Amino acid sequence: MNLKLRIWRQANSATKGELIEYRVNDISPEMSFLEMLDTLNEQLNAAGTEPIAFDHDCREGICGMCGVMINGQPHGPQLGTATCQLHMRKFSDGDTIVIEPWRARAFPVIKDLIVDRSPFDTIIEAGGFITVPTGSAPDANLIPVPLDAAESAMDAAACIGCGACVAACPNSAAQLFTAAKVAHLGLLPQGQPERYTRVEAMVEVMEDFFGSCTNHGECEKACPKSISIDFIAQLNLDYLKSKMLNSKLAGQR
Amino acid sequence: MINLDAGIPAGPLADKWDSHRTAINLVAPTNKRKFSVIVVGTGLAGASAAATLGELGYQVKAYTYHDSARRAHSIAAQGGINASKNYRGDGDSTYRLFYDTVKGGDYRSREANVYRLAQVSTEIIDQCVAQGVPFAREYGGLLDNRSFGGVQVSRTFYARGQTGQQLLLGAYQALSRQVGLGNVELHTRTEMLDIVEVDGRAVGIVTRDLVTGEVKSHSAHAVVLATGGYANVYFLSTMARKSNVTAIWRAHRKGAAFANPSFTQIHPTCIPASDDFQSKLTLMSESLRNDGRIWVPKEADDRRPAGEIPESERDYYLERIYPAFGNLVPRDVDSRAAMRMMEENRGVGPLQNGVFLDFADAIKRLGEDTIRQRYSNLFEMYERITDENPYEVPMRIYPAPHYTMGGLWVDYNLMTTTPGLYAIGEANFSDHGANRLGASALMQGLADGYFVLPYTIGDYLSGWLGSDPVTTDHPAFTQAEADVKERTNELLAIGGTRSVDWFHRELGKIMIEQCGMARSRPGLEKALSEIPALHDEFRNDVRILGDDDNLNFSLEKAGRVADYFELAELMCRDALDREESSGGHFRLEHQTPEGEALRNDEEWAMVSAWEWQGHGTPQKRHTEKLVFENIELKQRSYK
Repeated sequence: MNLKLRIWRQANSATKGELIEYRVNDISPEMSFLEMLDTLNEQLNAAGTEPIAFDHDCREGICGMCGVMINGQPHGPQLGTATCQLHMRKFSDGDTIVIEPWRARAFPVIKDLIVDRSPFDTIIEAGGFITVPTGSAPDANLIPVPLDAAESAMDAAACIGCGACVAACPNSAAQLFTAAKVAHLGLLPQGQPERYTRVEAMVEVMEDFFGSCTNHGECEKACPKSISIDFIAQLNLDYLKSKMLNSKLAGQR
Repeated sequence: MINLDAGIPAGPLADKWDSHRTAINLVAPTNKRKFSVIVVGTGLAGASAAATLGELGYQVKAYTYHDSARRAHSIAAQGGINASKNYRGDGDSTYRLFYDTVKGGDYRSREANVYRLAQVSTEIIDQCVAQGVPFAREYGGLLDNRSFGGVQVSRTFYARGQTGQQLLLGAYQALSRQVGLGNVELHTRTEMLDIVEVDGRAVGIVTRDLVTGEVKSHSAHAVVLATGGYANVYFLSTMARKSNVTAIWRAHRKGAAFANPSFTQIHPTCIPASDDFQSKLTLMSESLRNDGRIWVPKEADDRRPAGEIPESERDYYLERIYPAFGNLVPRDVDSRAAMRMMEENRGVGPLQNGVFLDFADAIKRLGEDTIRQRYSNLFEMYERITDENPYEVPMRIYPAPHYTMGGLWVDYNLMTTTPGLYAIGEANFSDHGANRLGASALMQGLADGYFVLPYTIGDYLSGWLGSDPVTTDHPAFTQAEADVKERTNELLAIGGTRSVDWFHRELGKIMIEQCGMARSRPGLEKALSEIPALHDEFRNDVRILGDDDNLNFSLEKAGRVADYFELAELMCRDALDREESSGGHFRLEHQTPEGEALRNDEEWAMVSAWEWQGHGTPQKRHTEKLVFENIELKQRSYK
């Protein structure tokens, strides 16, 4: 198939970017979306134009490196699919495809389609963990976890940290990302001792960078792992409880 | 002068690790903060090591070329992690895990290291569960297990098909906690491009900031490389696209011995390549072989769809040839069997480059729901890539490069031949011999990072109490920085006509053909003449656009491919040198009448460790003899 591409080019964070038009021909429907971009890059390199920079690594939908806006949709048209797992058979001959980086103030563009997602790491650093110094753990089977709780924790833990939820949100909120980690750890018995300090610390840092959630639900639709916004409800509930349970703040109310 | 004394503790096998831990020098808790340690790479091994060292009180500096410590390729491991918990009551034990691993590695690993690995395997599961890794569970809330190739017990713990992801996130979260506390200084989008040595010991590294191009020195009392494997030398592999050999290759060029470079693993269950534009191969977890049956048509060139081939005309060749282990033979055995089916023109699929992995019987026996619960994410991934529904038609699979058992030579303390320089995880050569068993890479990465290195590094550091790290204004750092800048400038100045990927793909073709699943003297000799020629062409004709002051993927990759050329030569030389077949190293000249790998224990029960001699001069081989006191060497049989 032959395609018209409109791709965001930006030399670095200090310069302004713009959409540039390219054409690619003879694209096989068996190609992945990133292989289509590889093909374009080979073409550009041969013509003496610097290739387009886009993040990618595992190309199996698990590392969370890749992710671009494809015709205004994070990761493109296929539900529950990261950009690297999207294949060209989802497009038709003659299509125009607009490809942009994630758009969010917290994710500044580094170059072309690449953004800086480090605020996600800052949120995890604030509390997205269970404190277990190496070697201090009891035997694994001393902590039984009800099957449903384990399954639900796994559903939340499937987050790949790609940032599509933020890019999809009209408010650029990071609630789904934060909620996924809060729920993963908060659903497990191991996560209980830090449950309410964790949620409070993570939400505090999240709000330093990101907008507020107003329940649009766009994040769930954009998530390549189809993580449910039910976890956001759980985040909100735990956050509310934390304000009552975290006694260190009692004097402020 | 290279010293290959592994420093294996004396005494009975089962007591070695305990007595070693008691005997080695420690650094007192209040003194730990006086020592700085550099950890390069934040995959399972690197993140777990950096987190643990930070918890212990060391000043840790960690480096990753990714944008976050959560991206390393450990994340893509699917199937599981082994541990000899014996939770199934099926007769598992430390000794059995040790024995299976040594046998699975075709008797080319060190007994003492593997036994230690089996010992700490159980602690890893405890640690990870406490961290909140959501392993699969039974209805009663206790941990579930499944089986992997080459063993007859169920000892593999798993988190759906995302075990690597969940274990890495556990380690990443532990590391993030230390970063938040200020115990670990994390440098992202920063690539290590050289090792710095003073008086023969490692004192720091030189890095390039991938966003700004800034070249910088970092010093410490010790350096730990946890930079993974080099299977991307084949271009098409299951590795992430950025995985590379550069960190350990730079260490090798500075004197660290490189062990068993030709020991590479070709994984049997990957989705076959579909065309020339293919950029990588996708693994379908070995765990699928628990329920899937592998077959090809009995007749050559049978192009009928699977559903039209009656049961009587199918050859379930693994079950036929290896009745005892059936579809769960080790990876090298499985891959070679598939290769033989191709040679007999019994391959399936449009390009006849695959074999079937069929779930019809399992679905009939267990119901589609059970299969969905076990493998849904893998089935979905398969469907996205191939547009075929594996609940209805069998998967097509084919072997692909997946793991490298070779790596930097390390002693029992995981220190390389360069004092102060450690290698952990896939970056070292230590535990898997000539073939790695499934679900053992995660085990080794975390064993090294959580439970081995944090103890053993104290033995070295304690000797430097009271001395500050060499400062980065030392001439050795200045020189290394200048070398890195020069290499970068040289690459940008070539201004040729072909892309870096073109050269990488061509190199990959040579390697998979001559140094892949089957190797021969004429083939390897041919590769050894073709690789340097292609390397020369690369140096004269590669085209790298863009500049050094901004993010530049072509430039990054060119440096990595340049190192692959040198590595590829060493792999072929090692494969040519080793006149036997063992595990993943299969020399056509050395096989049993049934076509299995034929070892030569008299001459080759040893590690080949290669010493750099300068560019253009072949490396010099040193050897470490492998002594087997607890296991009798046998022809491996899975029949």
